[in-house]
Amino acid sequence: MRRSLLPPLLLVLALLGAWELYADFGPTSSYVLPATHAVAAALWENAGSLAANLGPTAEEVGLGILLALALGFALAVAVHLSGPLRRAVYPLAVGSQAIPVAVIAPLLVFWWGFGVLPKLAVIVLICFFPVLVTTVDGLRAIDRDQLKLLRTLDASRWQAFRFAELPAALPAALSGARIALAVGVIGAYIAESQTATTGTHAGLGHEIGTDLTALQTPRAYAAAVVLFALAIACFFALSLAERALAPWAHPTRGEMH
Amino acid sequence: MATELKSRAQPPVRRVRERAIAVQEAERSFAGAHGVAVHALSGLSLHVQRGELLAVVGPSGCGKTTLLELICGLQAPDAGSVQSEPAVLMPQRDLLLPWLDALDNAALALRVAHVPRAQARERAASLFEELGLAGFERARPATLSGGMRQRVAFLRTLLAGKPVLCLDEPFGALDAITRAEMQDWLGRALQREPRTVVLVTHDVEEAVLLADRVVVLSPRPGSVVEELEVALPRPRLRTDAGTIALRERALAALARGSRGSHGRHEPPGPEPGQATQARAAAG
Repeated sequence: MRRSLLPPLLLVLALLGAWELYADFGPTSSYVLPATHAVAAALWENAGSLAANLGPTAEEVGLGILLALALGFALAVAVHLSGPLRRAVYPLAVGSQAIPVAVIAPLLVFWWGFGVLPKLAVIVLICFFPVLVTTVDGLRAIDRDQLKLLRTLDASRWQAFRFAELPAALPAALSGARIALAVGVIGAYIAESQTATTGTHAGLGHEIGTDLTALQTPRAYAAAVVLFALAIACFFALSLAERALAPWAHPTRGEMH
Repeated sequence: MATELKSRAQPPVRRVRERAIAVQEAERSFAGAHGVAVHALSGLSLHVQRGELLAVVGPSGCGKTTLLELICGLQAPDAGSVQSEPAVLMPQRDLLLPWLDALDNAALALRVAHVPRAQARERAASLFEELGLAGFERARPATLSGGMRQRVAFLRTLLAGKPVLCLDEPFGALDAITRAEMQDWLGRALQREPRTVVLVTHDVEEAVLLADRVVVLSPRPGSVVEELEVALPRPRLRTDAGTIALRERALAALARGSRGSHGRHEPPGPEPGQATQARAAAG
């Protein structure tokens, strides 16, 4: 464990060092690029409010990923089971990824107000797509002979799905969720900055927007560092969930880890 | 020939009752690669008595798998007829579900029949004891050897509760030593759990060791070249004179079948790999 943590730590330290040197001696001003130590100081000083803003954002990302997983999976199953649905849904799903959030944000706020719902809608819109694509591929990869075997055991279409296709697609769906997560955190930022929010602690995205307007660049960077950590934490949480839910997809790797 | 077939199509009633499977003049073609029609079976007729173990041997690609799928109702013949008591297929590959342990895999048919999981596992567990799989109940397929996986796959087939088992080269992918072990095991398993069995194999020796009767098919399109009764006492040994004699007769029939259908174009005799395989298992 300690050995496996060393390479990323060294890389992060090297990047932080380069950042510090560039900010101190490079051509940029501290409004454009605050030095590492200034960001660290901002992190320390604003720890309370950052933690308070992390709550809503983490909630949005967590719920958003779960909803996107559910929607992506349900669409994938529908697309897998029905040819007409595949032809109808797939192009729309691809197209949905091109919708600029700013265009639909007013409508979302009109429907759902200033709470968590419109933000969830934005995150789900951005995140369901990778889940859909990987799950459809996972469902398609099922061995035809496996289904034939289930037929000779008198399994119905539903039972074939439940015993063979569903578990086979589960690791694929979770892989999709991990990809979705990487875009989900930035999705939360976009959602918070595009849909107005009330209250003092309205999320890290909201915080970053306010800080940038107030030229509080180190504080904005501090909030971005927290988002960065949130993405990594969620990623590993999902990896752990995947190992627990689909252990057969992760046979013990012996010497590799 | 036509009159002979007609008389076979209307056997005395008493015999019909004893018959588990009757295949009459079955024809089957399907679209192969590049749109070329593959003629898999040509006028194939055979019958299997209830409780009998029929081995079907033939060169690779002679339509043996097609025959089993016809019997199991996974395909319909283009012409002719296939009648069978309810049959279950044990495919060539074990096709165990990687997310289920050995017990759940064996009990799959029971689960499909809406038996509650605990009860299904209990019934599978009693067969594990009987058939020498005790201790492997909770093992995932990935941790089992090829031979053990085939045993679990066979139990899954047994637990489907159908009177007819169609075994498609069940030991074809195993090494010679494991295969010999599995042949003994299958013989014992079927003594404890008697069924009507159609065993497809390209291993002539396996056929002679296990079967009551051996049907030799010609290369594609498959049709019956010869039927051999195996009236040898069990357990049979590879080295018994009777076993060896029947093996040679079956090999000779395979060679005749290949000559008959390929004529001048191909060398006579079974594919060399098959002949050596049968002998390798003997040695």
